[in-house]
Amino acid sequence: MKGYNFAYLDEQTKRMIRRTLLKAVAIPGHQVPFGSREMPLPYGWGTGGIQVTAAILGATDVLKVIDQGADDTTNAVSIRRFFARTAGVATTTATADATVIQTRHRIPEKQLREDQIIVYQVPQPEPLFRLEPSRVETKRMHGLADYGLMHVKLYEDVSRFGQISISYDYPVMVNERYLMSPSPIPAFDNPKMDMMPALQLFGAGREKRIYAIPPWTRVKSLDFDDHPFRTINAPHPCGLCGATDSYLDEVVTDDKGGRLYVCSDTDHCAERRAAGHVGTDGFQAAAE
Amino acid sequence: MTPGFADPVADAQSCFRAVLEAMSRPGRVQSVRGVTAPAPLCDAAAAVLLTLVDHETPLWLDPAAEAARPWIAFHTGAPTDGASFAMALSLPDLDTLPTGTDEMPETSATVILQVTSLTTGPAYILDGPGLREPATLHVTGLPGDFASIWQRNHALFPRGIDLILCAGNTLTALPRSVSVKEA
Amino acid sequence: MAYVAVKGGERAIDAAHGWLAAERRGDPSIPPLGVAQIQQQLGRSVDRVMAEGSLYDPQLAALAIKQAQGDLIEAAFLLRAFRTTLPRFAHTKPVDTATMRIERRISAIFKDLPGGQLLGPTYDYTHRLLDFSLLDDATVAPGPIAAADTETMPRVSDVLGQEGIIEPDTASEQEPGDLTRESLSFPASRDVRLQALARGDEGFVLGMGYSTQRGYGGSHPFAGEIRMGEVSVEIEPAELGFTIDIGDLVLTECQMVNQFKGSKTVSPRFTRGYGLVFGFGERKAMAMALVDRAMRAEELGEDVTAPAQNVEFVLYHSDNIEATGFVEHLKLPHYVDFQSELQNVRRMRAKQETAE
Repeated sequence: MKGYNFAYLDEQTKRMIRRTLLKAVAIPGHQVPFGSREMPLPYGWGTGGIQVTAAILGATDVLKVIDQGADDTTNAVSIRRFFARTAGVATTTATADATVIQTRHRIPEKQLREDQIIVYQVPQPEPLFRLEPSRVETKRMHGLADYGLMHVKLYEDVSRFGQISISYDYPVMVNERYLMSPSPIPAFDNPKMDMMPALQLFGAGREKRIYAIPPWTRVKSLDFDDHPFRTINAPHPCGLCGATDSYLDEVVTDDKGGRLYVCSDTDHCAERRAAGHVGTDGFQAAAE
Repeated sequence: MTPGFADPVADAQSCFRAVLEAMSRPGRVQSVRGVTAPAPLCDAAAAVLLTLVDHETPLWLDPAAEAARPWIAFHTGAPTDGASFAMALSLPDLDTLPTGTDEMPETSATVILQVTSLTTGPAYILDGPGLREPATLHVTGLPGDFASIWQRNHALFPRGIDLILCAGNTLTALPRSVSVKEA
Repeated sequence: MAYVAVKGGERAIDAAHGWLAAERRGDPSIPPLGVAQIQQQLGRSVDRVMAEGSLYDPQLAALAIKQAQGDLIEAAFLLRAFRTTLPRFAHTKPVDTATMRIERRISAIFKDLPGGQLLGPTYDYTHRLLDFSLLDDATVAPGPIAAADTETMPRVSDVLGQEGIIEPDTASEQEPGDLTRESLSFPASRDVRLQALARGDEGFVLGMGYSTQRGYGGSHPFAGEIRMGEVSVEIEPAELGFTIDIGDLVLTECQMVNQFKGSKTVSPRFTRGYGLVFGFGERKAMAMALVDRAMRAEELGEDVTAPAQNVEFVLYHSDNIEATGFVEHLKLPHYVDFQSELQNVRRMRAKQETAE
């Protein structure tokens, strides 16, 4: 785009972010501070993810952007347009065709490969912030690997509710050292992070932190032996493609309690329907 | 003086992805393009310097690479009053370099080490994040007791030095998180 | 109703932008607002946008105000997102407010002093009665404009300094930090704190400053001096070895003089709170000086008990670009997270009902 560098950021800023990314990969799960820049999109709308993507993206990359698992949500559209405009890169909605996937709140259902990178938009990188708001304190806790506060919280959950009550942004231990926020993905997606073949990068623009999980790295959702980690999903098949193993969105269809459950991952659902899979509501949707 | 990258934006991006890939999958050898190095540096080392070093990152330069100093100063503007990066032709004493703190382990040095070969020479077994199963890396140009030197560095985790190995136009990396033993 | 997958995000965005442009223009029978008009006639808005946008450029600030339909936080955001792409050619010498070409200068602590009290263009003594003559675009008779005073006006803090009754304020040799290039870390030094306050949201800084006056970390402030006017900006290129004047800035500076009881090693004396902002920003400069002083509590051996004294709290929440982004991001879709909460709560309720 005229007047701006490739992928918007100036080269000096890219170097700074690239150095940060290498440290983040070398110290899996550790939040590395960086000189986050003001981006032309608001803080909280993916500026961290955008800066990471801008620092890694090359002319031959193929970019996919999803929000809530979907390629066509307005913020995903807006970010995809931003890169198409400032970097001229090819974009796709097909998970399999992407080399870089920027996401907010989901991990695609299709297993990612070694030649792919997934970039998470992170609103709040500090997994302990609800328990200890001072970042001076939480930084000390990470330094000492002192995560007693989180274990106490989970224990209190179990004694109060009979289960751990966290359903998204479920804290994980990375490489048995750092407690990490997986970003607000549903706990359903947590197991996908463990030993993932793809590199996982996390950008928090407003909080000015970058962190990473290298490929093939142990990522364990916190739990107790007698209360093991469990994923949560609606107990239904997808109404459109019939999938029983994908994360579902709940759509309110009327004001009398009518509900439709459909795949949150729109590419996954479309691919299944193209292959001939039909859910109970599939014919109806196709006919409209 | 020889120029820097032929295409500064695209070549730096391409070199960075090679380093990122190397750091993410320790020991896997990557190749770089786009620069003719000043003696005595190899192309990969020169490309890494252009990609990562600038006026915000103090650089320690191996006295044996002094001939490349004007080129590095001109193209990177790196100050010399510290060691965010170290450019070395033989493994420097890691104890003399910053290893970061428990709260800020990222404030450690990254060593760019030029070696003779990344395909021949003694074999090392690598294990840790980035590796599905232990991997083998051959390097010509590391000190004989490298595995034990590295294990002392690895034991500092999360503190510690990260190493980028360069030979010719190829490179690979050993992040502090990876363990190394002689094969 | 049958489910139709939500498509057309692109079309929706385009339509929204078109509508916004039409709304910005308003009734086409009314002449459009010129950027020069904003720059000339909405100067206080321009000043605030330059201060919080961290870029001294009245014309671009006026453009941002026009583009944002007068939403000043949005305008500051536009300016910041532009600023971040600009290359840095040089660093200026520190500006010297002692040599300011004064338009306004008042001190609340001395009846008179060298240079005198100069009210300048202030709203202070206007009666807040709507001036209906402005409805008619009435031409305003030009009022008296006092020529910028050339008489040197020593800073009141320097006058007190001669007596040694106020803490010294010596220049540091250290390079000042820069929040726009490095992320905040703690303990945050005073230069970084002042930078955060100078860019901080006027409303936030005002509220925090006000809280110190109501007992939350008070320090008995006196407005030692407020001065507003033009200062010269100079650079000294290394290859030249002498300074060059590259332009002028309008600044407002506030020096608060605060009580300090002294300690075992330091005899009783006054301490300082400092405020400095782009343009005519007296409210902000004064509030900034109060909060600056409050954040020095630890340094001065005072108890840290109040919000304004909590450096981490103030610095992490003063920036309105960060705050507005994160507050407003709640309107982005969160249905994936909400769905997992829904299922979770349903499951817990079912478990409870079975148990009963």
